[in-house]
Amino acid sequence: MLDLVWLVPIFPLAGFLILFTTIGKLPQPIAAAVGAGSVGLAAVVAFSAGYVFLADGMSPLTVTLYTWMNVGDFSPGLSFYVDGLTLIMMFVITGVGFLIHVYSTTNRAVFIDDEHHSRFFAYMNLFVCAMLLLVMGDNLLLLYMGWEGVGLCSYLLIGFWHDDPANGAAARKAFVVTRIGDTAMALGLFLLFLNFRTLEIQPLMAKASGTWVLGSPTLAAFLILGGAVGKSAQLPLQTWLPDAMAGPTPVSALIHAATMVTAGVYLIARTHELFLLAPVAQTAVALVGVITLLMAACTALVQTDIKRILAFSTISQIGYMFLALGVSAWSSGIFHLMTHAFFKALLFLGAGAVIFSLHHEHNILKMGGLRKRLPVAFWSFLIGSAALAAFPFTSGFYSKEPILMQAFEVSPWLWAGGLLGAFITAIYSFRLVFIVFFGEMRTEPIEPTGLSGTPWAMAIPLLILCVLAITGGWWGEPQVAAVFPEVSGEHHAGATAYITSGVPLVGIVLAYLIFLDGRLKVTALTESSLGKVLHDFWFSHWAMDWLYNALFVSPFKWVTAFNKKDILVDSIYDGTAATAAYVHTLLSQTQTGVLRFYAASMALGLVVLVAVVLGLT
Amino acid sequence: MEAVSVPLEHGLVLAALLFSLGLIGVMVRRNLLFILMSLEIMLNSTALAFIMVGARWAKPDGQVMFMLILTVAAAEVAVGLGLLLQLHHRFRSLDTNAASHLRG
Repeated sequence: MLDLVWLVPIFPLAGFLILFTTIGKLPQPIAAAVGAGSVGLAAVVAFSAGYVFLADGMSPLTVTLYTWMNVGDFSPGLSFYVDGLTLIMMFVITGVGFLIHVYSTTNRAVFIDDEHHSRFFAYMNLFVCAMLLLVMGDNLLLLYMGWEGVGLCSYLLIGFWHDDPANGAAARKAFVVTRIGDTAMALGLFLLFLNFRTLEIQPLMAKASGTWVLGSPTLAAFLILGGAVGKSAQLPLQTWLPDAMAGPTPVSALIHAATMVTAGVYLIARTHELFLLAPVAQTAVALVGVITLLMAACTALVQTDIKRILAFSTISQIGYMFLALGVSAWSSGIFHLMTHAFFKALLFLGAGAVIFSLHHEHNILKMGGLRKRLPVAFWSFLIGSAALAAFPFTSGFYSKEPILMQAFEVSPWLWAGGLLGAFITAIYSFRLVFIVFFGEMRTEPIEPTGLSGTPWAMAIPLLILCVLAITGGWWGEPQVAAVFPEVSGEHHAGATAYITSGVPLVGIVLAYLIFLDGRLKVTALTESSLGKVLHDFWFSHWAMDWLYNALFVSPFKWVTAFNKKDILVDSIYDGTAATAAYVHTLLSQTQTGVLRFYAASMALGLVVLVAVVLGLT
Repeated sequence: MEAVSVPLEHGLVLAALLFSLGLIGVMVRRNLLFILMSLEIMLNSTALAFIMVGARWAKPDGQVMFMLILTVAAAEVAVGLGLLLQLHHRFRSLDTNAASHLRG
């Protein structure tokens, strides 16, 4: 049974091929059925494989389909490696992916004509296939192919509504910024290959502790970290993710919250032996995580676009995963990856329902009082935000707490940073809930209201995700402990644990007092000049876009404008041509057509030659 | 019987004079017929030098070269006279400057 695991990526690939070759010809319901069905079948196979894997005593397995290429001693296979980590990722990709596909089958989620419908599902299926290759590949080359494949699908889907140039710009930005990280990662792979003549992950990790001909584990780990921060939108490459919200909301849920952006976390977890050999790089992972989660949390606090708030919270939550990897809480990091996929997909899909009901309104300050009118979206948001804020007994609580506890073991400063982030997370997530769903109604929803107004295909995925967002952590960390080394030191439940659990509650109460009850006035703070500066600074995400524009984009544009006629390169070739033409006019003067002149020239030349020869001898 | 031998230097000087006369003729004359005649003088002066050198060292090589030059000169005259006829036919003149259209 486990040998059939290669079927999992095949189904979405087949779905993509069917939809892409018949684009615009299939009627909408059939295209939707193909799109969602292929991922559903993949999910069935993945879950069956998981069942067999658990029943068989969880021994890792390599399934080789065929040798991809054979060049000298380098022969990467199209082969899959299945262990606990792979299976968790497969569950998230196919399970959450299937729910999001089902959600997308409703017209109002994507609301477009037949051709768009086929195109949308084709890209989504291709994405699922590439993402599965990424997590299932047993060598880094196959992983890299999936890595670039998801990048391509991300680009295509962010710019899905390409009629608006702004969406195209957002797609290009995402593509270019992540490409920076991908280049670093490719260099890392070259370095690993140069040293060990293989890219198969398990043998490579076993050899990594040996001697390095070139470079060091630290260098390789930093290069791989570069790829991870690009894909996972961490400092300093996180600027693309907020703009990626230009894509359809199901895309944001699947690619930019649940799966693709966590690929960096997967990559570091998969190559954790390398990071254990390079403590400096592992510390860098933790620092990147903490700084990013604090920056993004502060930014989410002042945003007004509902999807941008969720985007910054995604950056922030991935920061927690990086923190977990940085402090060797491997299982907890993957656990948080899983629960985050549940509750963030839930939040995005709920946001999609809200946005559609309010005529594509994204500004939360124009929303309000939707609790009674959109009960499904309200409960989705309430549960999703509770899990996001690590409210006790929700899934986010179970996954975030061990990360912070392990961070405390390594350094109280990392713990304090993470805890501050958790506090801000609680405030901004419940700010969102209180502003959008409570208070007075500012924009009238268009849909028939109440539960009957929500199509089943939309309500059921939301319901399942609600259940998962609450209960996803009740069974403890997923069975990936066999993949990772033991975490040193035991967690002692003491004051630290109570503080860690209690701080988010304080944040929720504070959000209630400020945004709903109104008892706590913060206008004095926000109206002060310092408050305004801070607000603007945070609203622009710590002015990072401005910084990068000033540092990279503007100089590059200046050079291109200066070199618009390509003078730098062309002058070389134009100069060569002009010189040749000038020499030609000079030489053609000698072609007089007069025979006697030629004869005299020959005689003169001969005399000169003879003189030279005689002079030399 | 005592053979009257011409010193080598005399023959070579004569050959050099003839060669220079021929070369000057090629360079200064405009009439194609005279150019051809000057060329013949140059060829024959070279042949004379070969004969002189061959006689000095009593080797047959000089005479072999003379035969070769004679053959080349005959071929050259055949081609040269053909060109001369064409020139006259086209331009009604033997002036080589008349045929100077091929210039850069």
